[in-house]
Amino acid sequence: MTLILFKTLLILIIFLISLGIAAYSTYGERKIAAFLQDRIGPDRAGPFGILQPIADGVKMFLKEEIIPNVSNKWLFILGPCIFMVTALMTSAVIPWGLPLEISGVKYNLQVADINIGILYVLGVVSLGVYGIMIGGWASNNKFALLGAIRASSQMISYELAMGMSVIAILLMNDGSLSLNSMVENQGTGKLYGFINISGMNWNVFYQPVAFLIFLICAFAECNRTPFDLAESESELIGGFHTEYSSMKLGLYLFAEYINMFISAAVISCLFFGGYNFPGISYLQEILPANIVSLISVAVLFGKIIFFIFFFMWIRWTIPRFRYDQLMRLGWQWLMPLSIINMLISGAVLIWIRN
Amino acid sequence: MQLTNRAQQVVQKEMTLAERLYLPAIFAGLSITIKHLFKKKATLKYPEVKREFAPVYRGQHVLKRDAEGRENCTACGLCAVSCPAEAITMDAAERKAGEEHLYREEKYAAKYEINMLRCIYCGLCEEACPKDAIYLTDRIVASEFTRGKFVYGKDVLVEKMDDRIDVSQRKKHYSIVNN
Ligand code: SF4
Ligand code: SF4
Repeated sequence: MTLILFKTLLILIIFLISLGIAAYSTYGERKIAAFLQDRIGPDRAGPFGILQPIADGVKMFLKEEIIPNVSNKWLFILGPCIFMVTALMTSAVIPWGLPLEISGVKYNLQVADINIGILYVLGVVSLGVYGIMIGGWASNNKFALLGAIRASSQMISYELAMGMSVIAILLMNDGSLSLNSMVENQGTGKLYGFINISGMNWNVFYQPVAFLIFLICAFAECNRTPFDLAESESELIGGFHTEYSSMKLGLYLFAEYINMFISAAVISCLFFGGYNFPGISYLQEILPANIVSLISVAVLFGKIIFFIFFFMWIRWTIPRFRYDQLMRLGWQWLMPLSIINMLISGAVLIWIRN
Repeated sequence: MQLTNRAQQVVQKEMTLAERLYLPAIFAGLSITIKHLFKKKATLKYPEVKREFAPVYRGQHVLKRDAEGRENCTACGLCAVSCPAEAITMDAAERKAGEEHLYREEKYAAKYEINMLRCIYCGLCEEACPKDAIYLTDRIVASEFTRGKFVYGKDVLVEKMDDRIDVSQRKKHYSIVNN
């Protein structure tokens, strides 16, 4: 099997898994919302309602497609496409597991191990805001425009704090931006230098503040409650996708869940050791490499699903922020906090290494 | 006058740092919501499981017949007068000879209509009725496509002989004196 074939297959599989997880996130969201509110949620389509996403998808496709005639038609169509494409693109640099060995050749379970990995993620995520902005602008509707403005200013503000909090991790990683090397570093070495559990050297134990900042910013970047001001139904009737219908609306909603999936993956990779898990080196000794590799993939997906659950858990717990509160939190709390965190970790690292 | 002991004084003091961080409050909230994940669900799976109605549930009306199948209503109009929503109208008529098996009293309602869209299901009509004739039941008013169909006439309201409706439970609760 050539490298090209393997990568193509991998891209296809990741694409399908992203879509599948996004579809089942909608189901999960409704179920979790229901459970947290003492209801049982959708349970009619198939056993426990597990066919609900398919029913929703069919519904989305069959709905009437309306393009407002005062809108800018091409931009109106472009908006959801950009949003979807950027959401799917981020998954390219995430290391999904230990390398697989097929007929003697090692294949990395990562589409592209580029040396600017995390920078690529931040860059592509910030491109996603164009999808919202273009969509909101092209709709020619004041609510859509307001939602788009809110979304773009919010995402730009929180990107700064997000980037700053990542710098602390980069310092620990000897300045390497590659996600693969970050995950590998978290799998080797002893925790705090003396606790010897293999595969447990996770960044979250060294950088809890950076983790907190990153998590909050991830919520803001994904437009999730408590920062869902861009589409607050009660104020803006859905915000930037007010004028959208049928599958174009579906793309927006879908891409949001893909974004959530990718942020969960990035959080797991940056702070929770990616595919590493306690006891990984022991398993590597007693099991064949490929099986450990598959287990590591499963572990990463376990972490991702936990974070997706966490996103939903937060959504059904905390009410929405006010807009000035959102901006104050972003600029006056998270920004300085992330800078201070960066300076302190830099100082501590220099002190340790000398 | 103090109705409950849950009243709380509102204070507008500066929040402490811990409060302004929000994190403790968020964790408290998260632990509350996660507890609900394991609670008993309030949902009933409707078509399979039906919610039990109270014996005095106020749903669609019925105009009762007596044991021999004669209509009780004497078109006195007390229900219409008592109705706060003015939902009831009726036309009275005199019972002719040979109609004794149809109507219990000498005067009866030739037309009796309740507008179900006006009705607020207060139950005052059944309290007002001196003849034990009108009752609310635990039946739910069906949905319709036009408003006109919600004006129920005698064809819907009067109890069918082959489908009699038991109101003894309501009578017990209301302890209406039958004359
Ligand atoms: S239930 Fe109340 S509103 Fe309805 S018809 Fe009777 S008196 Fe009128
Ligand atoms: S239902 Fe009762 S109150 Fe109303 S007109 Fe008939 S007898 Fe009178």
